[in-house]
Amino acid sequence: MLVFIVRRVIISFFILLAATFVMYLLTANAGNPLQDLQESRAPNRDALIEARIRLLNLDTPAPLRYFIWLKGAAGCLVPFALECDLGQSIQGQDVSALLSVAFTQTLQLVVAATVLAMVLGITVGIVTALRQYSGLDYTVTFSAFLFFSLPIFWVAVLLKEYGAIRFNDWLADPTVPIGVAVVLGVISGLFWMVVIAGDRNRRLTTFAAAFVASAGALWLLSETQWFADPGLGVVVIAVTAAGLAFLTTAVVAGFTYRNVLYAALASAGIGIVCHFALDSVLDDPSGLTIILLALLTVAVGLGLGYGLGGLQRRQAMQAAVLTGLGTGALLFVDRLLGAWDSYSDRVGGRVIATIGARTPNFEGTFWEEGLDRATHLILPTIAIVLISFATYTRYTRSSMLEVLNQDYVRTARSKGLAERGVIVKHAFRNAMIPITTLMAFDFAGVLSGAVITENVFGWTGLGRLFTDALNRVDPNPVMGFFLIAGTAAVVFNMLADIAYAFLDPRIRLS
Amino acid sequence: MSNPTTPDPGPTPAATAAPDDAQGMTVVARTQAQMVRRRFFRHRAALAGLTMLVLIVLLAFSSIGFANVPGWWDKDYWSIATVENGGRPTLSVVPTWLGGDGMHLGEHPFGQDNVGKDYFALTMRGVQQSLTIAFIVGLVGTFIGTLIGATAGYFRGRVEAVLMRFTDVMITIPLLVIAAVLGRRYGDSGIVVLGLVIGLVTWTGLARLVRGEFLSLREKEFVEAARAAGTSARRIIVKHMLPNIVGVIIVAATLAIAAAILLEAALSFLGFGVQDPDTSLGKLISTYQTAFSTRPWLFWFPGVFIIAIALSVNFIGDGLRDAFDPRQNRVRD
Repeated sequence: MLVFIVRRVIISFFILLAATFVMYLLTANAGNPLQDLQESRAPNRDALIEARIRLLNLDTPAPLRYFIWLKGAAGCLVPFALECDLGQSIQGQDVSALLSVAFTQTLQLVVAATVLAMVLGITVGIVTALRQYSGLDYTVTFSAFLFFSLPIFWVAVLLKEYGAIRFNDWLADPTVPIGVAVVLGVISGLFWMVVIAGDRNRRLTTFAAAFVASAGALWLLSETQWFADPGLGVVVIAVTAAGLAFLTTAVVAGFTYRNVLYAALASAGIGIVCHFALDSVLDDPSGLTIILLALLTVAVGLGLGYGLGGLQRRQAMQAAVLTGLGTGALLFVDRLLGAWDSYSDRVGGRVIATIGARTPNFEGTFWEEGLDRATHLILPTIAIVLISFATYTRYTRSSMLEVLNQDYVRTARSKGLAERGVIVKHAFRNAMIPITTLMAFDFAGVLSGAVITENVFGWTGLGRLFTDALNRVDPNPVMGFFLIAGTAAVVFNMLADIAYAFLDPRIRLS
Repeated sequence: MSNPTTPDPGPTPAATAAPDDAQGMTVVARTQAQMVRRRFFRHRAALAGLTMLVLIVLLAFSSIGFANVPGWWDKDYWSIATVENGGRPTLSVVPTWLGGDGMHLGEHPFGQDNVGKDYFALTMRGVQQSLTIAFIVGLVGTFIGTLIGATAGYFRGRVEAVLMRFTDVMITIPLLVIAAVLGRRYGDSGIVVLGLVIGLVTWTGLARLVRGEFLSLREKEFVEAARAAGTSARRIIVKHMLPNIVGVIIVAATLAIAAAILLEAALSFLGFGVQDPDTSLGKLISTYQTAFSTRPWLFWFPGVFIIAIALSVNFIGDGLRDAFDPRQNRVRD
């Protein structure tokens, strides 16, 4: 295994080296970096051209110039020992400084979106695999094809129009007309009917229940002016947290032994109690406080699981931690929504933003600033999730179907294991092996920035840095960008191979 | 499918499933093609996709014509005219008995842009250009990918090492990034050149796929037999091995075309693709995205055409995959 890894690392290094060389030559030939100066009528034109030639070493031929760049870039590989010098942009800014600013923006934008797309895509993929050839399966398959075929910039422009501009207009007088509530209720009813399936009676009951619940809830929310000042309220949080406890228990352990359920419920209960107990702490906390609280939640969850778990200690610990974190997230969202009213006043009612990562010069409490970020994040996140979620659904579905057809799954069923155990323990884990590769590739692609999304939504992340620099034929920022993108691609590619060999011993042995 | 006059090199994976395997070799080859065709035409989504694509191609190329052949639409995509009725589309599809304006095209079915160009003609031109680019990209990418993958998989050894490391290098550069850099350089050289250079960088996935198939094929008896008979490497690759993976290649080519449609649109949207005075669907959306609140139709029509083309090509690809490799279908029974 060690030889395998070392070999892989060495090969990857040389591949990256070659890739930067190819990229450098291509970038150097992408256009004329002096064009704007040659067309200008400034009196000191010649001096400016001379200065830029010296700044970018344009008098050296491109293949040799690469080595000048490489010498500076090599310093980045050895932190502290050598100076990291990625050259300067046309305007004379340090590329490494530009990169670090852009990289933080990109990370904020893409990490949450990618994780969300993975979780959603894998969940939906598994459900469709378990309900093969059902109405849900066909619907999801068709939607996946549709999402594959959507140009992301087109979706993004639509989202800006309907998700932000029209939505903000609507927020000025947030009422849902009865007709709309009924239509949305029917849609929700159809959705749940398709998901839950079953015989005709059960379908009709599901449809009716979902219809009444959705349409009623919409009507109620509209009547109480909830949309003008949204929030979850402690009752909703408590009910959702309890539901979460049941859900995690169902997935992690099932209900045969009650201990796991008790641990999860206790975890949810403690979360609700903390909602009141920590009221003053959570009034305007710092980011550090939130992280500490999250760690505390994990610790408490582990303790609860250990104490109450009994025979199923490990599952109880998992369920308690997951439920605790879920409850925490609910409380977090509730607090964020609590800042809605004051935030909405401060931004003039235009709550959902279309441009940038945050409102310029906006300062407020932790929750107001958090809400500010969230409202800026929501549309680009939806755009990214829509596009990459489809891939995960398709891959997970086919991988899961393949595994469900294996002999060991039949064996597991025939020896009388509960269906939950068969799915979660035998099928799911094996189905995830090929998905890890996909995840690694996806993360690598994501770190190079969502080029189009950043452009449409005006985020100044890596993707934007790249397109702007390429427009100006500014080689050093382009290369700096590629250094991150290429390194991410190579490293994650390598990690995928190693993970694959680790998860599936057959690869290692052959 | 392999040429019916040459004997089929051996039982292909799908052919072994044919019940009438015992009949003559040539018959098996023809049956295989027929089976694929039948499976494809039974795939409803693929058939719908094929119909839609054919209709779009016919509409785009017959309406405004191409090269010097005139079309049936009387307006062109470059003339500036007076903007009538705010440039609103005159297309109406709701019949009068449903309370609409009746079904007619009107003067400007897709409306006019802000200088009065007929948007129907402009969109059709965009469809033509986007389809042409995507087709060239698909062809070039498929050809190079097959060539590299087949060479590496057949010869192995040093040739394989060099070619596959080269593939690894190219795969490291994100497709959109390398395509943007090339598009920045070649965007104004016309769409054929643009299609060619993008095709030059989209072959990596197929090369890996073909190499993988070739690695297992070259160990088969019929290849060994051909080699023992003194057949040249070129002939073994082209006549004996490639026909066995033609399904994989066709499916990959189809999906590559679908991806190329979206890639071209994205590049043109970013400004690194098709340049003025030419146009394409992505460029139309990019040009008119700011007009969305005042003239939404300038944004809707090209977008709908991109989605329709990409969706139908994807469906065709899915149908082809099921037709060529029925094992992937119906896993559970």
